[in-house]
Amino acid sequence: MSATAPALKIREPSYINAAYTAKSWLLTTDHKRIGLLYMVAITFFFFVGGLAATVVRLELLTPQGDLVLPETYNKLFTVHGVIMVFFFLIPSIPTTLGNFLVPIMIGARDMAFPRLNLASWYIFMVGALFAIVALIGGGVDTGWTFYTPYSTGFSNTQVIPMAIGILIAGFSSIFTGLNIIITVHKMRAPGMTWFRLPLFIWSMYATSLIMVLATPVLAMTLVLIAVERTFHVGIFDPALGGDPLLFQHLFWFYSHPAVYIMILPGMAVVSELITCFSRKPIFGYKFIAFSSIAIAVFGFLVWGHHMFVSGQSIYSSLIFSSISFAVAIPSAIKVFNWTATLYKGSISWDTPMLYALGFIGLFTIGGLTGLFLATLPVDVHVTDTYFVVAHFHYIMVGSAVLAYLGGIHFWWPKISGRMYPEWWGKVSAITIFLGFNLTFFPQFIAGYQGMPRRYYAYAPEYQVMNVLSTAGASILAIGYVLPLIYLIWSMREGEVASDNPWGATGLEWQTESPPPTFNFAETPIVTAEPYQYNPDGTFTPQTTLSVRQIKKEVAA
Amino acid sequence: MLGLPIMPDSASTLSGSVDTLFLVLVLLALLFAVPVAGLIIYFAVKYRRGAAVNRSNAPIENFKLEVTWMVIPLILSMGVFGWGARLYFDMFTTPKDGMDIYVLGRQWMWEFKYPTGQRELNVLHVPVGRNVRLTLISEDVIHSFYVPAFRIKHDVLPGRYTTAWFQATKPGTYHLFCAEYCGTEHSGMLGSVIVLEQKDYQAWLDQNRMNTGGVIAENTSPGTQTAVTAPTQTMAQAGAQTFQHLGCYVCHRPDGKGAGPSLVGVYGKPVQLANQQVVLADTNYIRDSIIDPNAQIVADYPPIMPTYAEQISEDDLLKLVEYIKSLGSGTEAPPEMINPTGGMPQPGGSSGNQGSGAQDSGAQGSTNGDSGGSDSSGNGNSGTQGSGGQ
Amino acid sequence: MTELHSTSVGPPVAHHFEDFEQEHEANMLGMWAFLATEVLFFGAVFVAFYIYRSAYADIFKEASRHLYMSIGAINTVVLLTSSLTVALAVHAGEHKARRLMVGLMVATLVLGLAFLGFKAFEYYLDYQEHLVPAFNFAWEGANPAQTQLFFVFYFIMTLVHALHMIIGISVLARMIWQARRGSYDQDSTAVELFGLYWHFVDIVWIFLFPTLYLLRQ
Repeated sequence: MSATAPALKIREPSYINAAYTAKSWLLTTDHKRIGLLYMVAITFFFFVGGLAATVVRLELLTPQGDLVLPETYNKLFTVHGVIMVFFFLIPSIPTTLGNFLVPIMIGARDMAFPRLNLASWYIFMVGALFAIVALIGGGVDTGWTFYTPYSTGFSNTQVIPMAIGILIAGFSSIFTGLNIIITVHKMRAPGMTWFRLPLFIWSMYATSLIMVLATPVLAMTLVLIAVERTFHVGIFDPALGGDPLLFQHLFWFYSHPAVYIMILPGMAVVSELITCFSRKPIFGYKFIAFSSIAIAVFGFLVWGHHMFVSGQSIYSSLIFSSISFAVAIPSAIKVFNWTATLYKGSISWDTPMLYALGFIGLFTIGGLTGLFLATLPVDVHVTDTYFVVAHFHYIMVGSAVLAYLGGIHFWWPKISGRMYPEWWGKVSAITIFLGFNLTFFPQFIAGYQGMPRRYYAYAPEYQVMNVLSTAGASILAIGYVLPLIYLIWSMREGEVASDNPWGATGLEWQTESPPPTFNFAETPIVTAEPYQYNPDGTFTPQTTLSVRQIKKEVAA
Repeated sequence: MLGLPIMPDSASTLSGSVDTLFLVLVLLALLFAVPVAGLIIYFAVKYRRGAAVNRSNAPIENFKLEVTWMVIPLILSMGVFGWGARLYFDMFTTPKDGMDIYVLGRQWMWEFKYPTGQRELNVLHVPVGRNVRLTLISEDVIHSFYVPAFRIKHDVLPGRYTTAWFQATKPGTYHLFCAEYCGTEHSGMLGSVIVLEQKDYQAWLDQNRMNTGGVIAENTSPGTQTAVTAPTQTMAQAGAQTFQHLGCYVCHRPDGKGAGPSLVGVYGKPVQLANQQVVLADTNYIRDSIIDPNAQIVADYPPIMPTYAEQISEDDLLKLVEYIKSLGSGTEAPPEMINPTGGMPQPGGSSGNQGSGAQDSGAQGSTNGDSGGSDSSGNGNSGTQGSGGQ
Repeated sequence: MTELHSTSVGPPVAHHFEDFEQEHEANMLGMWAFLATEVLFFGAVFVAFYIYRSAYADIFKEASRHLYMSIGAINTVVLLTSSLTVALAVHAGEHKARRLMVGLMVATLVLGLAFLGFKAFEYYLDYQEHLVPAFNFAWEGANPAQTQLFFVFYFIMTLVHALHMIIGISVLARMIWQARRGSYDQDSTAVELFGLYWHFVDIVWIFLFPTLYLLRQ
């Protein structure tokens, strides 16, 4: 194992120990602390959304509606969708791991705009507050898609506070994306060329492009919804000259790219994990890097595939369908390259790697079933059924959440300075993988059999699949609670982590665990490509030098 | 399809093709997923840390391989796209011949209206082996008409007609679901489609024929018990009444000499607008012209028609549409009309009575128009029904 | 987080930047990225407007004739002039001419307020004519629903634009205060960033004016 430069490490207080007051956390501009603030917030929302899903699954155990009222059920799946999409998945990796890692990985002392970064968190929390007010005030029953004219003219629930909450949280997302873009462009350490960037950075950069360019469209759409609902003027209301399909176009112009906001960061994490735990350089670095950008760009051109049966022109449908097939290619490139990376590696089955391998499997299923939905006549049959529900859960939960958890475990020693308990880690990874498949695979079948989504009661022939699904969900719930418990436990009781417990090459591993407030004692100089792993366990870190050392040498 | 228990009933001319395409997709998916999963497991085991295997000369890039695994999926996916596109075209191209049924969606029920005047709630009776063309509209929010066994689904929009069609191939009772979330009782917005053999269908029609006179008949035909409102008049006749009631006839005289254009034979034909555009007079055109008359102004006529948006229900609109369709069109076969009154000697008579009685000075033209429509319905293009009813 | 550290050349730099040039470039790129967001934000409502405009061309043209083109035109001139003054202020800032810069910033502020004043007066006239949807909209002519749709978009678009003006003017007022105290003598990046923002708000109006007022023939 190569030695890391001692000059990069001067034992100064870590970012955690720099100060202990509540104020030092709530007014911090340290990207690492802000990342943790986000982590606390979204973990809370994950369990709120999960609780709603639990009741939904219990209701669906029997065909009759017997547990809650239909109004309640509709609010539950809406809460589940809104919270999980806007307050967990979209911020999940970019605001936590992204915030924590992007500056360190490129050798910067902080994000380009630290105060804006803190402001983003507060904006997010204000948005979250509106969402909570909407929930306490009676909830929302429109589904997370807010389709008009139901949302503007018919629903009697708290649509406006919820829309405002999402709008505000959207600005947080925009500012986070903006911060990451500028940081990657302008804050890279000397020697960190574009093609020396870890693939995590490439994917986060692509994600940020989407955040900055798609979210404002959602913001304006929600403004229009709120105006229409408040003043009873017909922007999308056909009775007043409006067009409900225009809402769907605007909504999906954001919300389809938003799916890539959720999955690209997952791909970002997995690229790091696969190569580290295979002790091999990533296979096809440039193809993976550019496929992230390709996904971001093509992702803007496929929104109409949500509308194949909506009454849009069939020629539009043809175009959207063909581009939707094309967007699968960069995703396939990633899967093939990850698989090829394993070849002749030295593969360890640590918890993060189990999550990463699980991710590839579930993402493959999610992606391929996406092609079913891109196929026009098949989509006509399965859209708005449980087939779609299963498909996007394979992407947004099976893939994105697994990657998030894998990333949390991988970087936990860096974040907390402690190791998580490996045995419990493996147990929870396997539990989640099995529970997930049992929950969602039967939904593909129920969907093809014709069970529509958002159904409170359903025809008896779908019960078998729903019982399987609910059984799986209980296993999944256990799998999610386990890491919450043992990770919190490990913060005090876990084994103290070394600076680079995985023997990884990235800059974040060349500083201390946990890192000091400004990440590096001195600005590092990047001297190597990423992922210079050898199967015998040795590796070449991306930096062994600092700027000051060079200056000293030059002076000498 | 192939007897797989997980597949739903397959009961339309399209459902087999959709299933075939679906199964091909399943095979293609397995073709990718199985090798990927297999390789991951194989590599993860074979190259596990500590295993004594040859790890030398591990490749880290291979341009040809990258291009290969870009191009092959691209070609395959474009093939699937082309196949799907063709089938989608068939799904969304309404056939020229077939019977029309109008579908009204509202929170939370389905209403079906037959041109012959019958009206059903939540149950749709159709004959096997005939194209059924649906014109769908919602009275409130967006719904979606979904019959899994037919593999068709189409959103039902407020303010705009959409169309769908199917041809059932197997008698039986099938689920009808609302597939677009529409509020509290979304999952209760259910119905069934009862597909009958041609002769059973005819029997069902006979049971609910017009001369039973507007009572709710308990129907005991195959399938569930359903309430059918038996008609006193066809939709076109009802439309003619509405036409008279709203005073449309004052301007839209059949001879074209009124303040508005004649509507005889307008359906299905191109219309020259004042702004040089030419539009096709389809159902949506007729609807828009009543709701929003000044958006599309017919050339050579003044824009003086007021909107009827406030005065007319979706139900009446459908009747007017059906009436205007019944006035015939030069280019395509007029809408298929089951001769509802069976052996009534003057098919033009009943509708003509109402129509011409109202249209004082235009009586001559009106009779022409009406009989034009009725004549063609008597021409036997509705074959089975017409003869079966005798 | 306002600790600054000085580097060998140039003005003090925030702790996480290497040098002034890096900080300046990051700030400029940040503003450009923000404006890209803004383009999409306004883009959404423009797209919606143009879709309806093509669907109801004649109705929208008729509705447009009820707007006060003269006030719109005056406001266009006012805003274009303010763009000139802000550009000159940025230029003066780069050349360390504090007094001139402050003077030009004040001129920009006055022009911005003038724009809002004219706009408010125009809204008042619209109100008098019963053209404000949801408050007193009344339309004698044909197609009131679609006409109202035009005015809904007119108000949303101009109000969102006016909101951007108000934010700009508030920031500018604070910056004038700072500038008088010499805060931008060493580093006028903030003035430059404000200039970009102000030009953008101006350009939005350059699109709004023909979209709403001129496309009536």
